[in-house]
Amino acid sequence: MSDLRELYQEVILDHNRSPRNFGPLEGADLRADGHNPLCGDRLSVALKVEDGLVTDVRFEGSGCAISKASASLMTERIKGQTIDEARALFDRFHRLLTDQTAPTDDAALGKLAVFAGVRDYPARVKCAVLAWHTLRAAVDDNHELVSTE
Amino acid sequence: MSSVAHTDSVHSAHVLDEVRIRELFPILAATVGDKPLVYLDNAATTQKPQPVLDTLSRYYAAQNANIHRGVYQLSQNATQAYEDARAKVATFLHAADPAEIIFTRNATEGINLVAQTFGRSTVGEGDEVVISTMEHHSNIVPWQLLCNEKGARLRVVPITDAGELMLDEYESLLGPRTKLVSIVHMSNSLGTVNPVQRVVELAHGHNIPVLIDGSQAAYHMAVDVQAIGCDFYVVTGHKLYGPTGIGALYGRRHLLDAMPPYQGGGDMISSVTFERTTYNEVPHKFEAGTPHIAGAIGLGAAVDFISGVGFGAIAAHERRLLDHATAALSAVPGLRLIGTARQKASILSFVLDGVHAHDIGTIVDTEGVAIRTGHHCTQPVMDRFGVPATARASLAMYNTTEEIDRLVAALTKVREIFG
Repeated sequence: MSDLRELYQEVILDHNRSPRNFGPLEGADLRADGHNPLCGDRLSVALKVEDGLVTDVRFEGSGCAISKASASLMTERIKGQTIDEARALFDRFHRLLTDQTAPTDDAALGKLAVFAGVRDYPARVKCAVLAWHTLRAAVDDNHELVSTE
Repeated sequence: MSSVAHTDSVHSAHVLDEVRIRELFPILAATVGDKPLVYLDNAATTQKPQPVLDTLSRYYAAQNANIHRGVYQLSQNATQAYEDARAKVATFLHAADPAEIIFTRNATEGINLVAQTFGRSTVGEGDEVVISTMEHHSNIVPWQLLCNEKGARLRVVPITDAGELMLDEYESLLGPRTKLVSIVHMSNSLGTVNPVQRVVELAHGHNIPVLIDGSQAAYHMAVDVQAIGCDFYVVTGHKLYGPTGIGALYGRRHLLDAMPPYQGGGDMISSVTFERTTYNEVPHKFEAGTPHIAGAIGLGAAVDFISGVGFGAIAAHERRLLDHATAALSAVPGLRLIGTARQKASILSFVLDGVHAHDIGTIVDTEGVAIRTGHHCTQPVMDRFGVPATARASLAMYNTTEEIDRLVAALTKVREIFG
């Protein structure tokens, strides 16, 4: 069993305690709801987009420390990015969590690399990717409730 | 060593010998990393004692044959063992007749069987089925499917803040449109033990049949379906220290006789032509195809094992554990128990201020402590208490107060990390 501190890094605990970009977003252009039936996590992601650029993004909902911190760091990261850049980040992030051979120090991920420890806890991978799946549903304009199952 | 010798040796004067009981469960010697396993997820499934493991292995090694149709000795012996297991389950549940015991895959299948046979032939448009807020999804969804198909209505008995059925509300829901009541004996997420005798009595006052979901109750307390007075009772083998994939439905003989079959196939028929099929007698009418023969025989060994230990000893031991755990957990700062019914058994659901249940589960796992976290297939209960999820420790006959203390110690590690 890996050291718990690898999983619960200080950055994750901080974003769990004080999530950034948390709360409703008035006048959002895109929105989607996500659900992890395994643990009951529910969150929604809302974005404002101008000319393919994410000008604002916020999230709401409840979840474990991993899912909340992941949503918080995600919103911080994709604000100011293009939709295409956000999609590319989704792929990199997903690979970090699910591919044991993916580098844990991928510079393109920046702070998001704190989630590398999650891949040693397979039951928790879904928590970390919930926000990202929900984001992808929002930018795909998919208004169905997305589920990690 | 025979199973009788095993079980006779582990109880005396209704006091459970913790050490000897634990020795009968090989998995309890396992470690998680370098920590001894503390298994507190018994409400999900219980571990298997040696007599059950031996029975399964002996069956496949020496007795395996298909049942009911072979004229050769091996098949007749397998048939006898399978039917003996049915009689054991009948005795365990205090059914009047072994024919009132139908082997199923699990409790879920038992409920679906009743919904699809009794339910579909009895419930019509505008009729009502009554369940409660504390039902497992398996005692909600089969009735939803039935009600949607028939244009019937699902009525739900509310529960109190302690997690108890509101009996007055229940009584007021019963009426001429009510065709069935289906209520859990013991809640898997709250631990509440419902007054099932009273539940049945009130329904029978309106001639409404009652199904009781005994998934959780049946391994903590003696169940007497005739004393309860219920019309149907479902159990699942893997929570009775038996194998997965086997369960049982008790149904009153006259109801089972009148019900249409559930699935069609071999064994459930008397004769088949392309024009017409006549069905076998109960219980075989409801057991189409080759059943889980080994599982049924294993379940027979499991209920023998439980009876050998005795519910007197089991209940007293688990009561001590529950009292110890309730006190120890209540003393943890920021911890709130969900489910504080006056009548409860062996389940402790809790939330911790500022920490999601899922994080609790991961952290205590690194200390070797296995608990369940999430909604426990009872989302309406979570909604009722306004929590997304709980952590749940659930006890069985082999748990010890030391194991409870290990859980409590592991919770301090949660605080160390989350502050």
